[in-house]
Amino acid sequence: MAVLRVKFTKTKRDKLAQVLWILNWVSVVTGLVLFSLGLFLKVEINKRWELMAERDIHYIPNMLISVGLIACAINFLGGKICYDCVDTTKFLRWKLLLLPYIVCTFFFTFCILVGALMCYSMRGELEGALTEGLREAMRLYKDTDTPGRCFLKRTLDTLQMEFQCCGNAGFRDWFQIQWISNRYLDVAKKEVVDRLRSNVEGRYLLDGVPFSCCNTFSPRPCIQHQITNNSAHFNYEYQTEELNLWMKGCRQALLEYYTYIMQSIGLTVLIIWLFELSVLTGVRYLQTSLENLMRLGDPESESEGWLLENSFVETARSNFNIIKSLGKCNQIDTVQNGDPNIDVPSTAHYGPANVPTKHISQAC
Amino acid sequence: MALMPIKFDLPKRVKLAQGLWLLYWVSVMAGIMIFSLGLFFKIELRKRSEMMDNDESHFVPNLLILVGLIACGANAFGGKVCHDSLDPAKFPKWKPMVKPYLIFCCFFNVLLLVTALFCFLVQFSIYFALAEGLKNGIKFYKDTDTPGRCFMKRTLDMTQIEFRCCGNNNFRDWFEVQWISNRYLDFSNDEVKDRVMSNVEGKFLMDSVPFSCCNPGSPRPCIQHHLTNNSAHYDYDHRIEELNIWTRGCREALVAYYGGMLNTIGALVVAVVVLESADMAGLKYLTTSLETMADPENPESESEGWLLEKGVKETFSDLMEKLKSMGKGNQVEEGEAAATTS
Repeated sequence: MAVLRVKFTKTKRDKLAQVLWILNWVSVVTGLVLFSLGLFLKVEINKRWELMAERDIHYIPNMLISVGLIACAINFLGGKICYDCVDTTKFLRWKLLLLPYIVCTFFFTFCILVGALMCYSMRGELEGALTEGLREAMRLYKDTDTPGRCFLKRTLDTLQMEFQCCGNAGFRDWFQIQWISNRYLDVAKKEVVDRLRSNVEGRYLLDGVPFSCCNTFSPRPCIQHQITNNSAHFNYEYQTEELNLWMKGCRQALLEYYTYIMQSIGLTVLIIWLFELSVLTGVRYLQTSLENLMRLGDPESESEGWLLENSFVETARSNFNIIKSLGKCNQIDTVQNGDPNIDVPSTAHYGPANVPTKHISQAC
Repeated sequence: MALMPIKFDLPKRVKLAQGLWLLYWVSVMAGIMIFSLGLFFKIELRKRSEMMDNDESHFVPNLLILVGLIACGANAFGGKVCHDSLDPAKFPKWKPMVKPYLIFCCFFNVLLLVTALFCFLVQFSIYFALAEGLKNGIKFYKDTDTPGRCFMKRTLDMTQIEFRCCGNNNFRDWFEVQWISNRYLDFSNDEVKDRVMSNVEGKFLMDSVPFSCCNPGSPRPCIQHHLTNNSAHYDYDHRIEELNIWTRGCREALVAYYGGMLNTIGALVVAVVVLESADMAGLKYLTTSLETMADPENPESESEGWLLEKGVKETFSDLMEKLKSMGKGNQVEEGEAAATTS
C-alpha cells in the first residue's frame, strides 16, 4: 500500500517539473540567506572577542555557513534535474542519480534542523563565556600601557555606552577592582596611601565608576565618584537614585542582544527547513511518477506518484533486511579471512569413482 | 545637414529599442534612488532638528523627493514608448507625444542640475543653523525640568557621544554657561556662593565639561572637572593633553557629516542628469529612424536617425525665428485691436 499516492497526467507532470525548477532556484536563494546569516553571526561574535572567554561557540556560525553553501549546491543540482525532467529523454540521464539525490537531500535537511535547534541551545555556553570574559576585561581595564590589552578600556567604555549597561552584574562590580592605573595615582598623598593600605592586595578601591556608566537620561549631571556617600552630593540619595547610572549589567545586556539575534536566526532557519522539505517532497513525487511512466512505456499516459512504495513499516523492514544482508556478506568473507587463495575442500563430487551412473538411452 | 546622423537597418533598430528600454528602466531605478535619498536626508534633518533650533529649511529634501517621483514617471513613460516603438500598430499613438516629451525632458534635466546646485549650496544654511542651534542647546542643557526643553540634555549628550565632539566650537564653550541646574547646587556651601557671585549674571561657572565629552580612547580615566588646573590632577598638563576629552567642536562634526551626505547626493544627481541625457539622445535616434523609413510598410527597410534635423546653429536660429514670430504675432494683433477699438 503506497504512502500518499497521487495520479499525474502529462500536463500535471510538466507543471510539477516547472514549479519545482522555480522553487529550487528560490531554495538556492534561501541557501545564500543561510550562508549570510551564519556569516553575520560569526562577525557579531568576533566583534566582541575581547569580552568573551575562550569557549567553543564558533561551531554554530561555522555550521550555518557550511549548511548554507551545501544547500546552494544541492538546490542548484535539483533545479537542473527538474528542468531536464520535462523532457523524458533527458530524464533518462538523471534516472540513476535521482534516488540517491533524494536520500542525500533528506538527510541534509536534518542538518538544517539541527542547525536551527543549536541556535536555541547556545545561550548557556554564551552566558558562561560572557561572565568570564567581562570579569577579565574589567580587571584589565586599567592596563592601557600593556601591549595586547591597551584597547580593552576603549572597548569596555564603548560597550557600556552602546548597550546602556554598567559592570558585569551591576555597577557595584567596579567597586571591587582597581580601575585607575597606578600611573595616575599620586602615592605622595595620604588619602591614596590610606586606600591602598585598606585592603590585603594593596589595590586602590573606591566607590566610583568610569564615565561610560553614566545614564544619559539623568536630569542631573552624572555622579561618578563617592556614589554610596549621600552627604558628598547635594540632594542625593543613592538607595533611591535610579537614573544616575545604568542599572543593567553588561552580561545581561549582551546576553539579551545575542539571544535576540539567535532566536531570529533560528526561526528563519526553521522556515527554510520547512521549505526545503516541501521542495524535496515535490521532487520525490516527480521521480516516482516519471519512473512509473518509464515502466508503462507510453510517454503521454498518466502515471502514479507516491512518497513510499509500501507502507512505512514494510519499507523500514526491507531497508533493515538490506542492511542486514550487507552485514551477512561481510560475515561470509571473514570466515575465509577474505583470502581467495585458501584451498577450500570442494563439496562437488568429481572423478570416475563419483560419476553417477547414467543410462544413456541409445538412439535407435 | 543633420547633427550626428547614423544609418539604421532592422536589427540595429531592434537592438537600439531593446537597449533603450533597459536604459529607461535603469533610469526609473535611479529616480527611485533619488526619491529615497531625499527621504533619508529629510529624516536625518528631522532627527537633529533640536540641534538646529527646529529652524532648518526642508526645501532641498522636498525638492529631491519631487524630482525623484517625476523622474520615475517620465522614465517609465519613455520605457513604454520604446517598448511599443517596434510594433507598427502601437507606435502611431505615441508618435505625436514624443516631441513634447523630449522638450519636457530637457527642462527636467535643467531642474535636476538646479537641484544638484542647491544640494551644494544648502550646506551654508546648515552651518549657520547649527551654530545658532548648538549655542542654544548648550544654554538650555541644564533645563531638564522645563517642558519643551527637558530632552535637550539627553540630545546633546547623545550627539557628543555619537559624533565624538564637545561644545559648539570646542570644549571651552562649556566654561561660559551654567550647565548644572540650581536644583543640584547647595547654596549654603561657601564655594558655591563664591562662584555664583564671581560673575555679573550670577551663573555657576566652572572649568568643567559634561561626561559626554569624555574620550573612551584616553589611557587614563576621564578628567571632567578642573580641566585648566594642572595641580588638581596627578601628572596632568592641560596644554598638551589631547586624548582626555574630544577636542573637535560639534558644529564642525555635524557640518562635516551633513556636508559629506549632501556632496554624495549632489554627485549622484549629476550622474542621473548624464543618464537622462543619454536616454533623450537614444529616444531621438529611435523616433527619427522610425520616421525616415524608406518604405513605411516594409519593416526591413533602412532608415537614418539623427539628434537634430539641421545643424546646431540652424536649429537655434530657427527657434529664435519662431519665438520672434510668436512675439510679432502678438504685436500685429495688438495693432488690429487698437485699430478696431479706435
